[in-house]
Amino acid sequence: MTAYLVRRVLYAIPILLGVNLITFALFFAINSPEDMARLALGGKRVTAEAVEKWKSDKGYDKPYFYDAEASGFARITDTIFFTKSARMFVFDFGAADDGRDIAGEMRARIGPSLAIALPTFVVGIACYITFALLLAFFRATYVDISGVVACVVAMSISGLFYIIAGQYLISKLWHLVPISGFSGGFGALKFIVLPVAIGIVGGVGASTRWYRTIFLEEINKDYVRTARARGLAESRILFRHVLKNAMIPILTGVVVVIPTLFLGSLIMESFFSIPGLGSYTIDAINDQDYGIVRSMVFLGSFLYIVGLILTDISYTLADPRVRLQ
Amino acid sequence: MMPFKIVILWTDAILFLLIGIVVAFCFYARARPHMSQPWRYVIHSKQGMAALVFLAFFLVVGVLDSLHFRPRLSGTDETQRATFAVQTLSALDVVATPLRTRTEKTYSAPLATHLFAKETVELPGGGQARVFPRLAFGGAHLADPHADWSTDVFRTAIVGFGGGVIVWTILAFLVTGVVANTSGRGVVQTWRAIWRDQEAVPWRVILISAAALIVVLAPMLALCVKYHVLGTDKVGQDVFYLSLKSIRTGLVIAILATLVMLPFALVLGIMAGYFRGWIDDVIQYVYTTLNSIPHVLLIAAAVLMMQAYMGTHPELFDTVEQRQDLRLLFLCLILGVTNWTGLCRLLRGETLKLRELEYVQAARAFGVSNTSILTRHILPNVMHIVLITVVMDFSGLVLAEAVLSYVGVGVDPTMISFGNMINAARLEMAREPMVWWSLASAFVFMLLMVLSANLFADAVRDAFDPRIARPVKRDGAAMVVVKS
Repeated sequence: MTAYLVRRVLYAIPILLGVNLITFALFFAINSPEDMARLALGGKRVTAEAVEKWKSDKGYDKPYFYDAEASGFARITDTIFFTKSARMFVFDFGAADDGRDIAGEMRARIGPSLAIALPTFVVGIACYITFALLLAFFRATYVDISGVVACVVAMSISGLFYIIAGQYLISKLWHLVPISGFSGGFGALKFIVLPVAIGIVGGVGASTRWYRTIFLEEINKDYVRTARARGLAESRILFRHVLKNAMIPILTGVVVVIPTLFLGSLIMESFFSIPGLGSYTIDAINDQDYGIVRSMVFLGSFLYIVGLILTDISYTLADPRVRLQ
Repeated sequence: MMPFKIVILWTDAILFLLIGIVVAFCFYARARPHMSQPWRYVIHSKQGMAALVFLAFFLVVGVLDSLHFRPRLSGTDETQRATFAVQTLSALDVVATPLRTRTEKTYSAPLATHLFAKETVELPGGGQARVFPRLAFGGAHLADPHADWSTDVFRTAIVGFGGGVIVWTILAFLVTGVVANTSGRGVVQTWRAIWRDQEAVPWRVILISAAALIVVLAPMLALCVKYHVLGTDKVGQDVFYLSLKSIRTGLVIAILATLVMLPFALVLGIMAGYFRGWIDDVIQYVYTTLNSIPHVLLIAAAVLMMQAYMGTHPELFDTVEQRQDLRLLFLCLILGVTNWTGLCRLLRGETLKLRELEYVQAARAFGVSNTSILTRHILPNVMHIVLITVVMDFSGLVLAEAVLSYVGVGVDPTMISFGNMINAARLEMAREPMVWWSLASAFVFMLLMVLSANLFADAVRDAFDPRIARPVKRDGAAMVVVKS
């Protein structure tokens, strides 16, 4: 298994390099540094000196990939690609447009982000699996049918609606929790409850329906019929046998959800003004701070790859037959 | 001389091309039982057809809104070189001219006669007062709004409802006539069969759905001539008009993004599964890399760059509409590029399975070329996966537009779309009393569109997915067979 993991980690390097190349191409090939400088300085009547100064301030006055004039390692290191993109491999993201260190800012913001995303994720999955098991238990009855209809309606409603309706009802009309904001320590609890609850409600339709399909697929298998023939109670079959065997498809899907968690928190954090990574990204997008967006892309891909490796490990834990070689 | 100049925007052209392809496919598939059989399931499914009625409404609005032209400026001499308005209009704009042109000063509630905000006005006898001023157009025909308003609204709604009933009756009569004509039975007999739901095609459900649509739409259409039926927004534009215009944006994004995704997913997925080896490695590497970038961020990065590019190249577009359209097209492109990986992986897996089957092995043993095997044997047998994914993705893309526009990386901020409507209305949340109508209209229209797309997608999936079709046949479809 160690050999497998080492191979997976090594395989991550070309992927991250690819991610870097894609973002590099996006940010520098479509618009040349000259264009960016003119845009940042505004208008067409910008002097050539001002453009040159902007470029050298930002470090964009170097060649893209290869510096023929330099000597030794500087031929590769003294380029835009190396100073802007390759440095990210050691999590050195450089400074944002306002001069602050991006990596330090990220470290400070990851706490609030996790405070929202983690409970949403864990409690959410527990809720969805419970609902799905209930629907599977009552399959082909009116409980199941109305449950599925409710799921389809719930997943057809825009996520923005849940947020706006939740904020309006709970914070504005009933004054149960503050509309938005954040604070450290246990004081954060009252700020976290609403976004977490809304995050869970927002995902209930699609997820419950999906888990229900997995359970129903499992329920039609032979070993379930055998268990039923031997007189096991339906609830015992569901919770002891079906749930355990459905773990592999569930685990595969849960990891697919992790990157989309990112999207959810992007919207969530900006609505509830939580000082996390999501609102950081939104602010960067609105301020057109490309350095931050680039760093977030890299961080996102890195986390995704970690997620993929973790899925493989979780397979071996959930199913003893799976061996990683 | 033509009174207008036809403008074909990029997205229009692609949309019409796609509709043409779909129509051509329908004729092609009609003569081939193996292709038309699953579609017959869809046509016979009640849920699918009910959803299709609503989808058809959205599609008609979207297509009307895609017929663009620039009107001749009035007052131009016939002999002179014609000049055309800078503003591009669509057929829907012409139909909805009263809605488009009659803008108020600012917010007004649905069906209101007065503005939502107080204004200082000069009193005729001198002096000033803070009052809610009358609207310029909404209910302007009423002499005394406080006394006449409720009766007038009620009467107009009833007239609209009556018109709706007439339209529905004509529709029902037409349907019955056509069904009677094809089946060779009498009209009364056919109507009885439809009403008792004994037809193979669930005409009763279709007519009931149409009735539901008409009952809501007809009074609204009658009222929207005299009032702002869903209120007005911050700059006084009619919200009903904005909602109708948003439909096209949602449709175009959902359809075009899928269209962009298909070639990538199809070609690469099938190639990876069929050729294996280094081709498979390269393709897997490409989609893992693309997949590992969080989609919102990739879209955000791409849209930011495109914004900068369009900022430095203003020569690419003549009018505002062309800029909006270019940006819309680009958004569809980038959505397609981020979305193809899922389908690609599915197709790769399926092709890996198919290539080991006897008929593919036999074809290879006979020396059939790879291209023929791929196009004649593999491609037709993965089409059901493609179709299911396409219809399932549709609703997600409509919802994604709203979220992306909110983040600021969606459609052009000046374009009318659900996302921009929500975004503009969200800022008024804190207002007391709340301006709810813009938000509510955007959400309700979006819900209807996405819900009908989801229900239709489910029907298509049930008909095409071999894994799902079987259990359904055992439980549900058995009854259907007995009935028909």
